[in-house]
Amino acid sequence: MMRRLLFLLPVIVFAVIAGYFLWGLAPERDPRDVPTAMIDKPVPDFDLAAVPGLDVPGLATADLAGGEVVMVNFFASWCVPCRAEHEFLSALTEETGVPLYGINHRDKAEDAVAWLAELGNPYTRIGADPGRAAVEWGVTGVPETFIVDGSGRIRWHHRGPLVPEIIDREVEPLIEALRS
Amino acid sequence: MRALLFVFTLLLAVPALAVEPGEMLDDPVLEQRARALSAEIRCVVCQNESIDSSNAEIAHELRVLVRERLVAGDSDQEVLDYLVARYGDFVLLRPPVKPSTYLLWFGPFVILLLGVVAVFVYFRRQRAAAALPPALSIEEETRLARLLAEDAAKEEGPGKA
Repeated sequence: MMRRLLFLLPVIVFAVIAGYFLWGLAPERDPRDVPTAMIDKPVPDFDLAAVPGLDVPGLATADLAGGEVVMVNFFASWCVPCRAEHEFLSALTEETGVPLYGINHRDKAEDAVAWLAELGNPYTRIGADPGRAAVEWGVTGVPETFIVDGSGRIRWHHRGPLVPEIIDREVEPLIEALRS
Repeated sequence: MRALLFVFTLLLAVPALAVEPGEMLDDPVLEQRARALSAEIRCVVCQNESIDSSNAEIAHELRVLVRERLVAGDSDQEVLDYLVARYGDFVLLRPPVKPSTYLLWFGPFVILLLGVVAVFVYFRRQRAAAALPPALSIEEETRLARLLAEDAAKEEGPGKA
């Protein structure tokens, strides 16, 4: 009996290797989607000035410990997926009333102003980031979005545009849970 | 001559460096440390490239950051810890040895060990087969043939009779 099972060994080895290959080739798997190390950590130290030409104030660490659940969104006018997620972010803030804070990443002030004038401004605060704040937050590119709880702790993170599917499945339930 | 010139120009080719002159530190010792550290740090948006060799903007940002921290007096390990705290182990091109990476680091040696054991078992079995009692002698062979022939005759005898 044992000898018979031994003949099955190559088949099992093949199945395991083939399984890994299939996993690696799966279309929904994105090798760039690296989990963040920032979850459950307090918001990092940063202090960003306002974008000149906008009527919203800048953003600093102290603004994120106000006892309220907030969303922090890294965006830039040159970033195409940011344009795609913009309407969903706007709808989300209108629907839930969660303050949306922006970090304008490596952008020209006039470009950012024109971009927000065209699409509308859902952000209540926007900090202009020449690049270092993104590193402090462990951000690899734009857009990236964080949810920060009332005590200033990062509770959720997403790389890439926030599409309705993710908002319905993850963002809204979490905001509900954090608020209660 | 032409071929020689071609080979010579090939020899002139050196790996492209992404470090910009403006980023470099004046202190050659610190700059050397920064270069060595940068080679260990992954450009997090690139495919398997260090920040030392990448032209991505984040690689530039991280190179400047590494140098700033070295100038501020950080040890090499402190700089790496600072980045790991933000980007996780992914930012290190060489994965650290810890329980979750034991399979990665020691897996190949485990497979090698299994192979050695398999070869050992195989040769031991071969030797065990060789150690069986020796083959029959010529007298034994003839006696065996005779006995078998007798048996066959006995079996056939009554049937034919």
